[in-house]
Amino acid sequence: MTNTDWPLWEVFVRSRRGLSHTHAGSLHAPDAELALRNARDLYTRRGEGVSIWVVPSSVITASSPDEKDPFFEPSADKPYRHPTFYEIPEGVKHL
Amino acid sequence: MATAAHQTARTSAYDAHGGTPADAGDTAGYETAFDAAVAADERVEPRDWMPDAYRATLVRQIAQHAHSEIIGMQPEANWITRAPSLRRKAILMAKVQDEAGHGLYLYSAAETLGTGRDELLDKLHTGRQKYSSIFNYPTLTWADVGAIGWLVDGAAITNQVPLCRCSYGPYARAMVRICKEESFHQRQGYELLLALSRGTPEQHAMAQDAVDRWWWPSLMMFGPPDDESSHSAQSMAWKIKRHSNDELRQRFVDICVPQAESLGLTLPDPDLTWNEERGHHDFGPIDWTEFWDVLKGNGPCNEQRITQRRRAHEEGAWVREAAVAYADKHSAGRGVEQA
Repeated sequence: MTNTDWPLWEVFVRSRRGLSHTHAGSLHAPDAELALRNARDLYTRRGEGVSIWVVPSSVITASSPDEKDPFFEPSADKPYRHPTFYEIPEGVKHL
Repeated sequence: MATAAHQTARTSAYDAHGGTPADAGDTAGYETAFDAAVAADERVEPRDWMPDAYRATLVRQIAQHAHSEIIGMQPEANWITRAPSLRRKAILMAKVQDEAGHGLYLYSAAETLGTGRDELLDKLHTGRQKYSSIFNYPTLTWADVGAIGWLVDGAAITNQVPLCRCSYGPYARAMVRICKEESFHQRQGYELLLALSRGTPEQHAMAQDAVDRWWWPSLMMFGPPDDESSHSAQSMAWKIKRHSNDELRQRFVDICVPQAESLGLTLPDPDLTWNEERGHHDFGPIDWTEFWDVLKGNGPCNEQRITQRRRAHEEGAWVREAAVAYADKHSAGRGVEQA
């Protein structure tokens, strides 16, 4: 088999104006332009999007699931970051 | 563009990270965490540690599913040029295009498990991975397009809706997308059969003949009976599968009986009766000899489907090569080293 496997791209679709792009899936394409066209045919056949981003999968740097506890822990012991941490007397309004 | 870009993509988004525990003790820890996550109905994602057998089972099932989608394009595409109206032709082309799309969603899901697209296609072309036996039956008349939409896609939907809650995240997400689109497939088939059933006596007979031929193979799509299904128990424990083959088959029969009545067509089973006590329809015995025979490669179209698939792949090689050459030339011209 000749090695003409096209690189993998991740596809992000903005479903309508006012919303951010969200990950839709991935596809293979030889270059960015064809990745965009393939993404249109693959992920927006029924008007699912008004804008598409394609990103080479190989450039993504991901956090490790193994380290997820230590990695995200620093946010867990700071309840004072949440509004519910604070006690406000009854009857105080707009706060 | 660097040569490396043409090889199976490596991306830290999918690479198994915790996949090589140092010793057996570590494996046990990983396995306990995995079992707990599955038991709690959490989703398993690509980089999570998972048992080798879980990964292998998913690759086998998702690949077989993807192959079925793209092989399934053939029996229906057979009728595109002979569709009876422009409306029906446009619908059929959209449906066949959807099947290609479904294949691509599923190949992508399989790739998150570390198996490359080229490897998957190679296994299909060399018969080392299978596709659904239903596509080894021929589409003899235009009414077959309707029967496939109503019965084959109907059976597929019954199978696939529970897969939207499959424990493996990328597979479940692909199934959500696919199920949304399958509904149009089933309805267009039903409408097509209804038009024929209410047409001339010849058209009605053609619709009935198609249903007569597709009914039993559609029931076989749910796989062998529970006590003969080799993978079922483990897949249910892993929550890849949520219902047994026989349970889904019964659900499908119960759904189809009133639908056939509304069509004005009959189902080719003299034993089909409502069982008040069970609250389900009883139905006649399935010819599993035929099922295993078709699975082994002796169906009416096995040879034709794979030959056509290989030819399409080989004849498309120059397009894939030209696209790579074009991409290389342009990235070199810009002096940009593309990912």
